[in-house]
Amino acid sequence: MVEQSLRFRDDEPVGDPAVTVDAFADQSNATAVRIEPGDDARDLLPHLDRLALVEVNFPAYTDGRGYSAARILREHGYAGELRAVGDVLLDQLSHMRRCGFDSFAPNQAISVEAAEKAFATWPEVYQKTVDGRPAIWAKRHPA
Amino acid sequence: MYQYDQYDQAMVDARVAEFRDQVERRLAGDITEDQFKPLRLKNGLYLQLHAYMLRVAIPYGTLSSRQMRMLGDIADKYDRGYGHFTTRQNIQYNWIKLQDAPDILADLASVEMHAIQTSGNCIRNTTSDQFAGAAADELVDPRPYAELLRQWSTFHPEFDYLPRKFKIAIIGSETDRAAMKLHDIGIQLVQNDAGEIGCKFYVGGGMGRTPMIAPVIGDFVPPLQMISYLEACLRVYNRYGRRDNKYKARIKILVHEIGADEYRRQVEEEFAHILTLGLEPPAAELERIKGFFEQPGFDANASDELDLSDPDFALWVDQNVHAHKQPGYAIVNISLKPVGGIPGDATADQIRLMADLALEHSFDELRVTHAQNIVLPHVKKADLYGLWQKLDEAGLASANLDLIGDIIACPGLDYCSLANARSIPVAQKISERFADLGRQRELGELKLKISGCINACGHHHAGHIGILGVDRKGVENYQLLLGGCEGADTSLGTITGPGFNEDGIVDAVEKATDVYLAQRADGERFVDTFRRIGMAPFKEAIYAKEAVNG
Repeated sequence: MVEQSLRFRDDEPVGDPAVTVDAFADQSNATAVRIEPGDDARDLLPHLDRLALVEVNFPAYTDGRGYSAARILREHGYAGELRAVGDVLLDQLSHMRRCGFDSFAPNQAISVEAAEKAFATWPEVYQKTVDGRPAIWAKRHPA
Repeated sequence: MYQYDQYDQAMVDARVAEFRDQVERRLAGDITEDQFKPLRLKNGLYLQLHAYMLRVAIPYGTLSSRQMRMLGDIADKYDRGYGHFTTRQNIQYNWIKLQDAPDILADLASVEMHAIQTSGNCIRNTTSDQFAGAAADELVDPRPYAELLRQWSTFHPEFDYLPRKFKIAIIGSETDRAAMKLHDIGIQLVQNDAGEIGCKFYVGGGMGRTPMIAPVIGDFVPPLQMISYLEACLRVYNRYGRRDNKYKARIKILVHEIGADEYRRQVEEEFAHILTLGLEPPAAELERIKGFFEQPGFDANASDELDLSDPDFALWVDQNVHAHKQPGYAIVNISLKPVGGIPGDATADQIRLMADLALEHSFDELRVTHAQNIVLPHVKKADLYGLWQKLDEAGLASANLDLIGDIIACPGLDYCSLANARSIPVAQKISERFADLGRQRELGELKLKISGCINACGHHHAGHIGILGVDRKGVENYQLLLGGCEGADTSLGTITGPGFNEDGIVDAVEKATDVYLAQRADGERFVDTFRRIGMAPFKEAIYAKEAVNG
């Protein structure tokens, strides 16, 4: 199976394969890691500087732990590629983007056009997250 | 009442457009029912036993007459001329066609309403005190906070795929009329010794198959940190709530398994981090919202006198009218529980009449209660008699608020695909058995609640008398619970013993009330007597063998 990748970044993709969180702890030179739903994203916080790619696996779209993992990494300053992998569907893309994902490897291919349309689902947003979009309350009360 | 600005309107309009696209993809066969199911559920559209059911959100149970009238019109235009008000302060339509659903959402959006997050494993519609802004015992009006919550929880990107559904209630009175401690999160607005307002967070309550009363997790969270604290509570749950078993996935199980202290520790740690992120809407936003909830233009000279010479009117006033904070005004409860009726159902004509009465007599406001009744919050006492006459003509003047006839019941097996047993016929039979209002009043406050399955939508755990319908080898069977209660003295009911068939459960309820009448001390409610004398005397009476020869 050829894994499709939707990437919304300008830098060069990382060539290294992503290792598990456990393996990552033992490999001082690894630059890519894959988080499973049961992993604690905070274990990676001491190593954000050397990470260029974090994959977050969604074995089932209904398991929403990956949204928190993504946001936690971004809230702590992770600026590398953050890729949602697995059961990643069109109707989840806009929320994933809001939580900091900037790359997607869905099991079933999604076109770039469809993805861009999904990101534009909500003309406004009620919450401040990590995507830089101003919340509605911020627009109502400009500083 | 809150009014949408261009931002709020843009959000619901976007939702209508998105759902229209999803329905078109489904009707065209581009997506399967399996793929469509989670999408329609995000819009409150369930596939039930006979048809689609649409659940419409009524944020914190508050409606204008224009919105209420639209609910009546939708019942006529797309359903069979009636709607069902629910224990979540929402309304459900039971006979919806899929192809009509986008048009219904568009009609709702035209009056600033929606069906967003009325199902699915996300943050559901926030509920509140139906007397908010009117009750004589109110400390703070909870509605501005509830609206802040509505906006924060709408399309929250991190918390749309939680382990399980998530229900929040918020109140601002000492008296809890919203069963706040039986929610995933209950927030009570309180005042400290310095006179400051804060949010007391109860986390991990709920009903369902494992009922639990929420422990206090946050004693006093400043109102301008309420959203940050909620983010912390939800994040801990989203990360660590159980996902291996849907029956153990609610937050109550997490809090119970790791303990309130450990959950609190994790929340505090997350909260400290979140406070650094600046996620909280500013004070100006809370003030802006508060501006929509200023008290209406009461007539300062309104008379407190009431002519009670009509005995039927006097009964209704005594039972269904509640004290208002403003002299000369009253809170009117419209019971949707006529003798033999379906609890919570109202016809399109009744819905529109209530809308008209709200416009004329209640500053254009109505509330839906979790007991499936309607409230007109601000009625001049001088208008009460005329109002009552109009209600009476429309079959809406049942004077049974909080009496045994004021039954809460879920839709049950007549409609619901999850149910094991019918709830409605049992409610109707009990209502008919106790039809005599004098008898009901003799029994006093007696909250009877019926669920047609273990999911407890009919709140049977919190009923002074609770009934749970189960399936026993293919036959409907009803278990009886006694001693449940919501409010400040929340308690969970206990099962009496073996279950009953449909007629047997009605007899058992009657026997329980006989024990109460025989044993009660002065001023005791049914639940007070039960707490004092315990289960044994009730059990004895309910399960006594009939004497062979009479």
